[in-house]
Amino acid sequence: MKRFNEGSHMKNHGIIEKLKSLVPTVKPSSLFGWSVFWALVLLPAMVWAQDAASQAMSVEYRDIPGLGSRNVVWVVAQQHLLLAGFVLGVPIFAWVCEIVGWKTKEARYDKLAKEFTKLLTSAYATTALFGGILLFLLIGLYPKLMAYLSDIFFPTFIVYCLLFLLETVTLYLYWYGWDSMQGNRKTFHLFLGFLLNVFALFIMIVPNAWATFQASPVVVGDGTAIERAWAATWNPTWWPVNIHRLIANVVLGGFICGAYAGIRYLLAASQEEREHYDWMGYVGNFIGVFGMLPLPFAGYWLMREIYQYNQQMGITLMGGFLAWLFILQAMLIGVLFLGANYYFWMGITYRIPGSERTYRRPILAMLVVLMVCLGVWMTPHSLVASLEEARKMGGTHHPLLGVFGVMSAKMTVANLMILVTFMSFIMYWRAGKQETAAWAKIAKSVMGALLVIAGIAVIVLGVWGYFVPAIIRINYFSVAQVLIVLFVMVTFTPLTAILMKSAKTTTEMIWGQMPIRAGYSLVSNAVMVILLMSLMGYARSSSRVHWHVYGVIRDTSDYAYSPALGYAAAFMSLNTFVFCLLVAFIFWVATMGDKGKKSPEQEQPEPAKIPGSVAPAMAGGAPREKA
Amino acid sequence: MKGSLTKTVILLVGMYVFLKFILPLFTAPLPASLIFLYLALTLASAMIFYTMSGGSLDEFMGPIGRFLTGTGQTGIAGTARILVFVLFPLLVGWQTYTRLAPSDVPPAENRTIHPAPPGEFVGLSNPYERTQNNVMMGKGLYAAFCSPCHGANFDGKGPAAVGFNPPPANFSDPGTIAQLQESYLFWRIKKGGVGLPVEAMPWKSAMPRWEVELPDEWIWKIIMGEYDGAGQSPRTWEEEE
Repeated sequence: MKRFNEGSHMKNHGIIEKLKSLVPTVKPSSLFGWSVFWALVLLPAMVWAQDAASQAMSVEYRDIPGLGSRNVVWVVAQQHLLLAGFVLGVPIFAWVCEIVGWKTKEARYDKLAKEFTKLLTSAYATTALFGGILLFLLIGLYPKLMAYLSDIFFPTFIVYCLLFLLETVTLYLYWYGWDSMQGNRKTFHLFLGFLLNVFALFIMIVPNAWATFQASPVVVGDGTAIERAWAATWNPTWWPVNIHRLIANVVLGGFICGAYAGIRYLLAASQEEREHYDWMGYVGNFIGVFGMLPLPFAGYWLMREIYQYNQQMGITLMGGFLAWLFILQAMLIGVLFLGANYYFWMGITYRIPGSERTYRRPILAMLVVLMVCLGVWMTPHSLVASLEEARKMGGTHHPLLGVFGVMSAKMTVANLMILVTFMSFIMYWRAGKQETAAWAKIAKSVMGALLVIAGIAVIVLGVWGYFVPAIIRINYFSVAQVLIVLFVMVTFTPLTAILMKSAKTTTEMIWGQMPIRAGYSLVSNAVMVILLMSLMGYARSSSRVHWHVYGVIRDTSDYAYSPALGYAAAFMSLNTFVFCLLVAFIFWVATMGDKGKKSPEQEQPEPAKIPGSVAPAMAGGAPREKA
Repeated sequence: MKGSLTKTVILLVGMYVFLKFILPLFTAPLPASLIFLYLALTLASAMIFYTMSGGSLDEFMGPIGRFLTGTGQTGIAGTARILVFVLFPLLVGWQTYTRLAPSDVPPAENRTIHPAPPGEFVGLSNPYERTQNNVMMGKGLYAAFCSPCHGANFDGKGPAAVGFNPPPANFSDPGTIAQLQESYLFWRIKKGGVGLPVEAMPWKSAMPRWEVELPDEWIWKIIMGEYDGAGQSPRTWEEEE
């Protein structure tokens, strides 16, 4: 090393000598002349440098040859959003699980919450990594747009960084302090969980402001930097997107945790493991369904705001070239609803022996209703028809089935599907139990009557919606449909909970008996929800068409066109596939440590404690402790 | 659960017969895409229902498994099995050929009926008050310029309608003008079929570009007359007083 340094020194010395020999000997008298000479030589160079700098400043776009800047940003942004959705959704139900465990003193909930958080910690760093990559790509590839957004939103960048710091610190404390903060310190740990969720919520809504401003910008007048950022943040689609994403994150997190449990269930080596992951899969599915029930309402509100903000954007989405995405959306949501219900129904037939015969007819009825609703939801307004078929129909609208293509029909069936899925859950909850309360019969009759009336009311409002002005349908009928369904949910849930509290278990629920297709259905649900988020992410972005900021900054890049739907669909699939790979890798890494920790004595997994008291609905009617 | 596979086959055949042959007795025939969709949903329903428990799954999949493996397939069943194994690839081959063979039949279209309007037409509101006189004038103008195609009853069945494919819009259908704001109609009437944007390709609209013949005032009044005559209301964000 020393020799090398000496050598290099010698080498440098030689170079300096050579340079000296090139420069003529300078006399003091000619110093001024030399200065003028160098000034004359350097001045153009400085001007050139300034030119180059200003050219760099005026670069509007950069491209990634071969791949295309838009494609790269598309994939990275989607991965970041999906990971972020998971990372922000999981703490919500992990914390709820922890509270349930703390209140009911059931260790299995605490264990489950910890397992959820373990997945969260492993995904957190990857989310931040993709966020960083996305930021660098955006700065590099879209400098003009980023300069504009930075000018408006700079104060929010600072807030975002602070929030990230707080979130990271809280997450570390929450995760690493789990075991040490038991007993008396549990309430503090729960407080940390609460803080984690508060910071997570703000971490989500701050960047939502940037994205929603691009879609629905407002006039940002003069004022301080904070005033301008505040005005831009409160744009018309900010809160609809916030609420929609918050719920969607819970759905994504729930179904991904369900898929994780499904895979662990398929790989389980012992009955104890099977029981634990069967139960975890159930909870994951329950959380996914729980979030999915209000999600269409939030989506409807978002679309309403978009329509009201700009008719052009609304029509591009719902009636224009992106309208076909909503048929795909109907299919994916339908599969998700079916998958979730299928899992509930299998749970009834496999976990509660002898119940197949009892519940076969209700399940068939629910399946038929779901399928009819899905058929209506998937029927497009303008049908795909050959020339001959269109001629026979008298256009691309079918005279009879064309009525299924408008919002009144879609809203009606969406509400009915939500109602049926909710009833699936109630049925699962009540399965294998006999109500003992004296008023049980009356309560069940009231619930039955309420359900029938609610179903009829939703249909009547749906049909009536065809005969009233759009604004009446949107402002009153659709809202009334939603309220009716919500009323059923908020009435049935506590009523059933009270009934079940005093109910007698007639058939013990057996965990770990589900067939392998139950595990696959959990995985399928997760894939569907990822596809769905990729699809709607594309729809939301594409609705801006050739604008970076709608109506303000036009996209003048080579990619200022909307990709064909087939091309977009291929990218959605690619994004889903890449995300699944990422999640699989993260989970593999997360569980690798567990295997390493186990001593030979602990080779068998800890027996899952699935004891009895079943107070919370989330337990879904887990068996009572055997006497 | 006995015969669940047979029941599924009967259900599918019954559904196909209903959609393809019985329903068209009462209304227009359904396009193949819709029939395929409904059949797929029917098949999915049967598969979900019959795979819900171990017993029903065995009932459903058992015959398929025995058929594929040849277990107990003797006599007529055995012959039928071989026949299916020969015919099925031929059917797939024929299907592939018919899909790929050059044909003069134009492909199915997923035409965008209501493309997004250009920015300059967004947010316009009808500058004329909805008075009886204005509505009557609009209906009169409609009768003169629009009814030959869109029909005197606003149902798209004017005397000239038979000459057009796709046919003129039926305004009494709640899926047409009731879904749109007045500014949208103003754009479509003013600019006609030639003013449709790229996303509306293949630009199948014979709608004339009325701006060359009618002043804006007449167009706004025609819109008023159309909504009134068809018994529809334009999409608005404010409720009428």
